[in-house]
Amino acid sequence: MAKKDLKTTVQDNVIWKSIFRPGSIYRKGYRDTSRDRALASMNNVLYHLHPVKVKRHGLKLTYTYCLGGLSFFMFILLTVTGIFLMFFYTPAAGAGTEVAYLNMRELSASVTFGQLVRNLHRWGAHAMVFTVFLHMARVFYHGAYKPPREFNWVVGVILLILTLLLSFTGYLLPWDQLALWAVTVGTEMMGFTPVFGEQVQFVLLGGVEIGPNTLLRWYVLHVLFIPFVTVVFLAVHFWRIRKDGGISGPL
Amino acid sequence: MSDEVEIDQEVYDRLIGEGKNERIARAKAKAAAVRKSKIAEGQSLGPRSAEENAKALEEFRASAGGGGVATKTAAPADAGGAAGGRLTPEQRAARVAASLGNGGSEPASLGVPTSSDHTHRLLALVPPAGIQQVQSKQMDKVYTWPHLLLVEFVALLAAGSLLLIASFFLDAPLGSLANPNEVPAINKAPWYFMGLQELLRYFHPMVAGVTLPGVFVVALLAAPYVDKNPSAHPENRKVANMAFTFFLAFWGLLVIIGSFLRGAGYEFVWPWVEGLGFTL
Ligand code: HEM
Repeated sequence: MAKKDLKTTVQDNVIWKSIFRPGSIYRKGYRDTSRDRALASMNNVLYHLHPVKVKRHGLKLTYTYCLGGLSFFMFILLTVTGIFLMFFYTPAAGAGTEVAYLNMRELSASVTFGQLVRNLHRWGAHAMVFTVFLHMARVFYHGAYKPPREFNWVVGVILLILTLLLSFTGYLLPWDQLALWAVTVGTEMMGFTPVFGEQVQFVLLGGVEIGPNTLLRWYVLHVLFIPFVTVVFLAVHFWRIRKDGGISGPL
Repeated sequence: MSDEVEIDQEVYDRLIGEGKNERIARAKAKAAAVRKSKIAEGQSLGPRSAEENAKALEEFRASAGGGGVATKTAAPADAGGAAGGRLTPEQRAARVAASLGNGGSEPASLGVPTSSDHTHRLLALVPPAGIQQVQSKQMDKVYTWPHLLLVEFVALLAAGSLLLIASFFLDAPLGSLANPNEVPAINKAPWYFMGLQELLRYFHPMVAGVTLPGVFVVALLAAPYVDKNPSAHPENRKVANMAFTFFLAFWGLLVIIGSFLRGAGYEFVWPWVEGLGFTL
């Protein structure tokens, strides 16, 4: 009797089969045929994102430059590294309780991989703003916002604004001179909103000027509220891409 | 992972001999090999015949405890009419009436079991063309797996490694503790808001900080509704492309001036004289 090979042992049991649906590339008997290629998409959680087949021209790197996908990847990466950072950060400031700034110092000095993860989070945030900008430009130059995709462009603009807000609220959290004064420039402008200027500024800052309340407020916005809203709009964005007939083009 | 299907060499050679494209020959040879292996395993090929289907259904019903009742199918109310699968309002009304059994207590069936616990009978109200407009035009398409997913995976690895390398060599900045009483000499917003800060040099804060950004956002939101040109081809949309390029260039220029050519007190400087007053 030939020994059962490892692959068969792992794959040929009820548990494995209960996890991987028919057509999964991890399931026993996957064959590289049209039928199984179709099932690999259709019977997979990824079917929420991708149809079974996509237009060939959309695969060409020079059509999307993967920019939308990379924006999404950056978002995921920022979520993962951000959760790591949350373990070591307390949004507290003020005389005698400068915990936030101290945490940042400790992060690079004594947390394993602390500095590296902080770097990833920081450069990733800049990269995401950049890829989202470029993604918008490529969508424009392809005229990819034309019917039936007008509304998805609108969702996109909202995502752009959310991306900027995520980045900006995060900028304050290290609570160093750089953060404080960069944010001061930004929020002073908001104070000039007609009619409600003062109120807008008061709500955003949690007071008349940037202080410990602002830090707490922006922390909650940064790690909870804005990411949550972003995820909702991302879901609509991806759903609309498929309902609008997949990627636009070819030109 | 994937069991690579061996191809039927005989079929492959024959098709290549006939001058078929290699991709097509390979696909057909694969199909032939799978067919052979299925016959060897005693499986039947192709779609089931009507009798086979009926038999399978019988078996299923028997095994499921005689749940569903055999159903009649409503006769199509519009034999021969309805070009392109669209119904006129009268035809649709007739259909709905037929499927609801003309107000009778026992609705005539559209092919769904009538005695099930389902309370929704929406099927009767859906137009035959479906809820969505389905484009029937054939397109050149490829399978998401493996083609698209592999491209995405490579893009993800490339971007991930780039970022990891950058993070290995460049540390994120951390200044001294925030101090509201000590305004730093160089005081700048993050680069993506640098354009606004630069505008602040030329306009009243309300204009630079609220009005202009507001106008830009509204212009972006409105773009697809204003641009009524149906063509997506660059040849046909020179005005739109010019306008957008101008917009981007204007913005880029402001960001570059603000980031690199502004120093202490936000005065104009040359970066090679005064140093780079810019932190990411
Ligand atoms: C968080 C930010 C965003 C993410 C993660 C994202 C993601 C994506 C992805 C994955 C696609 C598929 C095609 C591609 O990769 O190019 C796409 C398409 C699209 N996006 Fe975005 N997007 C974002 C922001 C935006 C912005 C700022 C706009 C425009 C203002 C926009 C408008 C569109 C449109 C109109 C399409 C359809 C394009 C086509 O069919 O060719 N998106 N988006």
